[in-house]
Amino acid sequence: MSIQQTLAALQVGQSARVSQVEAGPAMRRRLFDLGLIPGTQVTCTARSPAGDPAAYLIRGAVVALRGRDAGEIRVSLLPEPGGTA
Amino acid sequence: MGLTHTSTGAGAAEGALVLRRSGPDQRVVALAGNPNVGKSTIFNYLTGLRQHTGNWPGKTVANAQGRCTHRGRGYVLVDLPGTYSLMAHSAEEEAARDFLCFGGAEEGGGRRRADAAVVVCDAACLERSLNLVLQTLELMPRTVVCVNLMDEAAARGLSVDLEGLSRLLGVPVVGTSAGRGEGLEALMDAVEGVIQGPAPVPCAVTYPPPVEAAAAQLAPILADRLGDRIPARWAALRLLDEDPSLLAALTAASDWNPRTDGVVQETLLRIRMDLERAGVDRLALRDAVAARLVGEAEEIAGAVLARRNPDSGGRDRRLDRILTSRATGIPVMLLLLAGVLWLTIAGANVPSDLLASGLFWVQDRLTGLFTYLNAPDWLHGALVLGVYRVLAWVVSVMLPPMAIFFPLFTLLEDFGYLPRVAFVLDHAFQKARACGKQALTMCMGFGCNAAGVVGCRIIDSPRERMIAILTNNFVPCNGRFPTLIAIITMFFVGTAGGPGRSLLSALLLTGVIVLGVVLTFWISRLLSATALKGTPSAFTLELPPYRRPRVGQVVVRSVLDRTLFVLGRAAAVAAPAGLVIWIFANVQVGGLSLLDHCTGFLDPFARLLGLDGVILMAFLLGFPANEIVFPIIIMAYLSTGTLTEFSSLEDLHRLLAGHGWTWLTAVCTMLFSLLHWPCSTTCLTVGRETGSFKWTLAAFALPTAVGMAACLLVATLARLAGLA
Repeated sequence: MSIQQTLAALQVGQSARVSQVEAGPAMRRRLFDLGLIPGTQVTCTARSPAGDPAAYLIRGAVVALRGRDAGEIRVSLLPEPGGTA
Repeated sequence: MGLTHTSTGAGAAEGALVLRRSGPDQRVVALAGNPNVGKSTIFNYLTGLRQHTGNWPGKTVANAQGRCTHRGRGYVLVDLPGTYSLMAHSAEEEAARDFLCFGGAEEGGGRRRADAAVVVCDAACLERSLNLVLQTLELMPRTVVCVNLMDEAAARGLSVDLEGLSRLLGVPVVGTSAGRGEGLEALMDAVEGVIQGPAPVPCAVTYPPPVEAAAAQLAPILADRLGDRIPARWAALRLLDEDPSLLAALTAASDWNPRTDGVVQETLLRIRMDLERAGVDRLALRDAVAARLVGEAEEIAGAVLARRNPDSGGRDRRLDRILTSRATGIPVMLLLLAGVLWLTIAGANVPSDLLASGLFWVQDRLTGLFTYLNAPDWLHGALVLGVYRVLAWVVSVMLPPMAIFFPLFTLLEDFGYLPRVAFVLDHAFQKARACGKQALTMCMGFGCNAAGVVGCRIIDSPRERMIAILTNNFVPCNGRFPTLIAIITMFFVGTAGGPGRSLLSALLLTGVIVLGVVLTFWISRLLSATALKGTPSAFTLELPPYRRPRVGQVVVRSVLDRTLFVLGRAAAVAAPAGLVIWIFANVQVGGLSLLDHCTGFLDPFARLLGLDGVILMAFLLGFPANEIVFPIIIMAYLSTGTLTEFSSLEDLHRLLAGHGWTWLTAVCTMLFSLLHWPCSTTCLTVGRETGSFKWTLAAFALPTAVGMAACLLVATLARLAGLA
């Protein structure tokens, strides 16, 4: 059973699969253009000095999102490669 | 920091592009693509023009055109702003979509659509590029897909099956490495091929059945009305999506308004009801279309990409950890800034002195020539002591720092560091309720505030864009650096050279810039709470892969394009200003020169601010270009003093001290240089970008008020404390 959470809670190095995008229409469109649709695998690659925004690897490109925006994307955590999670 | 005639000149804000073809048989080719895939590099290579390039998304903010000749045939290339999609939700996307849909107006009337489109893709990020390719193919069958950055992809262990991709897409595909000029001949061959040959039949994305059924019902009706202008299926899908900007553009570009067309509206209403019954509301329809495009792109990319190296981004992630992490992000940023400034100051010292001695040697020869020719005194005074001397000052003070700063900054830009600055600073902008991309516009402001203001187009939210425009001037542009550097060196570090001293200068200058940045945050926050009330809007910021800067090219281009461009602009202003100041200093009215009258009038007020009348007048006369402020101050003092022979900062320091400069004057002049009205070019640009006199006035008044308040405060406190 995978753990449900939002993208904002992803730690650096963790990967997750998008289950639902709850953002408003404009942001939703922007995210879809970037290829962030339900089913997409996302990896958190970096956090800025203040912890927010964070950078995510989406379909080969790294995109930064603010916490409030990433908080509107529901994901299920994927086990870390080689880890036990 | 794109400093070209198109970014800061008269053409900067012209919304509509007017196509300039030299003959009726010239082809029009549109260059589309995601941001930062090398469109402008391709454009520059083919046209010989110099659109700004650099490793961050959003450099090209307006359509640009250029001509090229290939195998004896002429083409007009149109470089569209980078877009992820044609379902417009930003100004750039609208500009790109409208050009593909309706073409551009032509000189001499009429409109012309592109004969063909080239969609530029990033080979290392093919999947996302293909999303835009698929959308473009729905609109423009005569399209060539250009898979660029093949060299970078290869370095990452990725290879693209170009033939397979061409088979799947149904249009020609050409692989290029534009940075090295590879594949561009083949690209133009393919472009000519799709224009001359029969229109290709590209692959069509199949949407879920209810969407397809709806489009099939609407398309024939639209086909009657649109003729061959726009593919009916594409228009049908967009009408179902109710894209308001497209409806407006459609009405503007043709004599047909779908909103007042009874049959179309009736059909749309019926289709909507059918769709709702099938459980597909407008939002679901939009999602379904977008998701299908992403899915199709994923399938195609999966089929043609080979050897996906799982750790291809490892080096970038490690660099990101150093450049953006909690522990090192901000210190590294400050170190880089101070380092660039240190190299600028340390490197500029000697050439500045050499240039000054050389140019003033020439002045003496000119004086000799005038004497030999028995030229009247006033002519020698106006031309040599006025025009030439100010020019000499501007060149010797400006050129060396610029010629060092611009290439260094461009190297960082090419490397891909600027988006990381935006990433690191975003939290502060978030607190100020502004957009993180404002950091990118500030970086552009370092080069030229006018370019920074134009760059604010990358911010989608109108409120946040206005904040960025109004505060751009708080970042000192290159024209203000030399003033700041000279004052720091003379008054706070000492004029004897040495690495330690130039390091101290660099640190002090870094402090001045940090003050400007902090003020940007405060003023942005203030604006967000008052005139531009609102909450931050959602935005995404792409962090592109790091690229090895093309050092040779960067140095040559930044010196030739940016440095000489800015210097030329300053010189054009400096020459007449030199004449004016000489006339002011030499025309006597009532026993006093005009200059004395003016400075005397300004003096009491200026003293309150810790300045003097000459300094304030220099800032006023420097309105056309900040570069000439300091030379004017020197000129004005020289015209009233006896000291005429000097070539070093030491002499200059004596001159200023002789006119009553103290450390307080120096601090207040630096503060006022950082915080005063934008130059005339920037004001004009703000006027064009905002289309509002009121906001232009605000952009003028805001930094001025802050600067006056800061100077008044510092001067008063220092005097009360008995420090000066």
